[in-house]
Amino acid sequence: MRQHRDDVNRSDQDCPSEHSGRRYYLPAGLPAPAADGPAAEFWAAARRHELVVQRCPRCRTWQWGPEHICHHCHSFDLTYERVSPRGTVYSWERSWYSVHPALQQAVPYLTVLVELPQAGGVRMVGNLLGDPLQMVGIGAEVEAVFEDHHDADPPFTLVQWRMLDQPL
Amino acid sequence: MKGTCVTTDRTLRGRTAVVGIGQTRYYKRGASPDPEFKMVLEAILLACRDAGIGVEEIDGFTSFSNDRNDPPRIAAALGLPELRHSTMVWGGGGGGGSGAVANAAAAVAAGLAETVVVFRGLAQGQFRRYGQGVRTGRAAGAEAFTAPYGVLSPAQGFAMRVRRFMWQHDITQNALRAVALTSYAHAQRNPRAVMYGRPLTAVAYDASRWIVEPFHLYDCCLENDGAAAVIVTSAERARRTRQKPAYILAALQGSGYRQAATAHNAPDYATSNFKALAPRLYAAAGVGPADVDVLQCYENFTGGVMMSIVEHGFCRPDEVNEFFTPENFSFEGGNLPLNTSGGNLAECYMHGLGLIIEAVRQVRGTSCCQVPGAKVSMVVSGPMVQPVSSSIYCAEPTP
Repeated sequence: MRQHRDDVNRSDQDCPSEHSGRRYYLPAGLPAPAADGPAAEFWAAARRHELVVQRCPRCRTWQWGPEHICHHCHSFDLTYERVSPRGTVYSWERSWYSVHPALQQAVPYLTVLVELPQAGGVRMVGNLLGDPLQMVGIGAEVEAVFEDHHDADPPFTLVQWRMLDQPL
Repeated sequence: MKGTCVTTDRTLRGRTAVVGIGQTRYYKRGASPDPEFKMVLEAILLACRDAGIGVEEIDGFTSFSNDRNDPPRIAAALGLPELRHSTMVWGGGGGGGSGAVANAAAAVAAGLAETVVVFRGLAQGQFRRYGQGVRTGRAAGAEAFTAPYGVLSPAQGFAMRVRRFMWQHDITQNALRAVALTSYAHAQRNPRAVMYGRPLTAVAYDASRWIVEPFHLYDCCLENDGAAAVIVTSAERARRTRQKPAYILAALQGSGYRQAATAHNAPDYATSNFKALAPRLYAAAGVGPADVDVLQCYENFTGGVMMSIVEHGFCRPDEVNEFFTPENFSFEGGNLPLNTSGGNLAECYMHGLGLIIEAVRQVRGTSCCQVPGAKVSMVVSGPMVQPVSSSIYCAEPTP
């Protein structure tokens, strides 16, 4: 039942999807991200296995999720800046109840909220790869793992996370 | 006008009152034989009858959470002579419940309308269930950053806020359990409650399945069909109606700095979103938390109740483990009688309008779990969403 996650663990962390079988942390069939509007550049960067965050070139404010305007100086001319794919666990949750047909065989699974200190402390939601029953420590260091969904139409890449140091 | 302070001479304090309450039978989701619109009409008629007010006197409607039942259609169906006011509080969940009362009170106080109905109808069988996730093939906007990661339901949307708060303040699961046990205990005295006759024990709570940690099954609200309505009119007119008026001391809505930032990026994250609103509420009402005799606090999830109680000043974060006990929340001698009808967890999930009805009952002295001598009765609507709202009712127009 958790075979797909074990595959992710054993694989090259940058390309979990190149292994056979259940290739994704969560099964295919969940809503795919619509890579449009101010978010388009983020999803395009994820395809290249780069982590980017919206930043205002005028006042240097970091901003996430993407907006059409800088919340600090109200400039509409926002750009994206590449950041180190590292962060710390800000919070987490373990889902046991399936709320989508695609998740019937996928519970339990872990979701983390990851803070990026190098990007103004913005946070990103993703899954924490590995044992879904693992202890998760708030403050633990994590690294981004780019999960390619090449077979989706159109293809997309999710930004997942893995613990840098497994807890004791 | 310069500045953002609400000055006392411009408050609604004591100028309006709730004079009628109505609720349909409450059903498990999908179990109602009637469509949502019909239930809304029934709740309005019941509220008019309770108040001793003729249906034709209604001239305004307010609601929240993008209620599907359109006031002009309601007015047409009821044959009302004239519709003079209708407003909607934006935002999902129950965050706009007390805000809809605020809109009704403001409309009456400003002379826009005389007799305003606050209503909410829900038929989750006829329409979509709240507890299930989005089913679209593509997640657009903010959902693109949550849905592909399996964060689809309201419980999943709030669990990480609560987890962070519990971590920050070393709060144990027992605090959440106390909220659930309180609602179920009070519901056992309320024949209207969906969970009437189905008591909950601490053992059963502990043994219940996780929905999403830190929420067990019993930390999550019900999903129901039904409708509810209350009638707001001027204080002068309230004195001539059938029931003892529940004067509105204050009702306010709002949201803190960038609380609706997407992808879980509200700068202040581990919050119920009442930090800015609560001081405004007490200033407008002219009371403080020590004056509140009984509290109805919206339980979408027990963790939201926990943060709401802290942010409304009833206890400090480091006191939660001691303060949150079923005894302390009991209508029988508790320091803060809480959710005395059974609330969203055990009476009915009517997006919190049932909590407003229960607050009015406490002022009238007619609750199934009546707090002796209750005078100041408070409602907290919809923690962790944007906007949120709160309201305070009183047996007298001034506290």
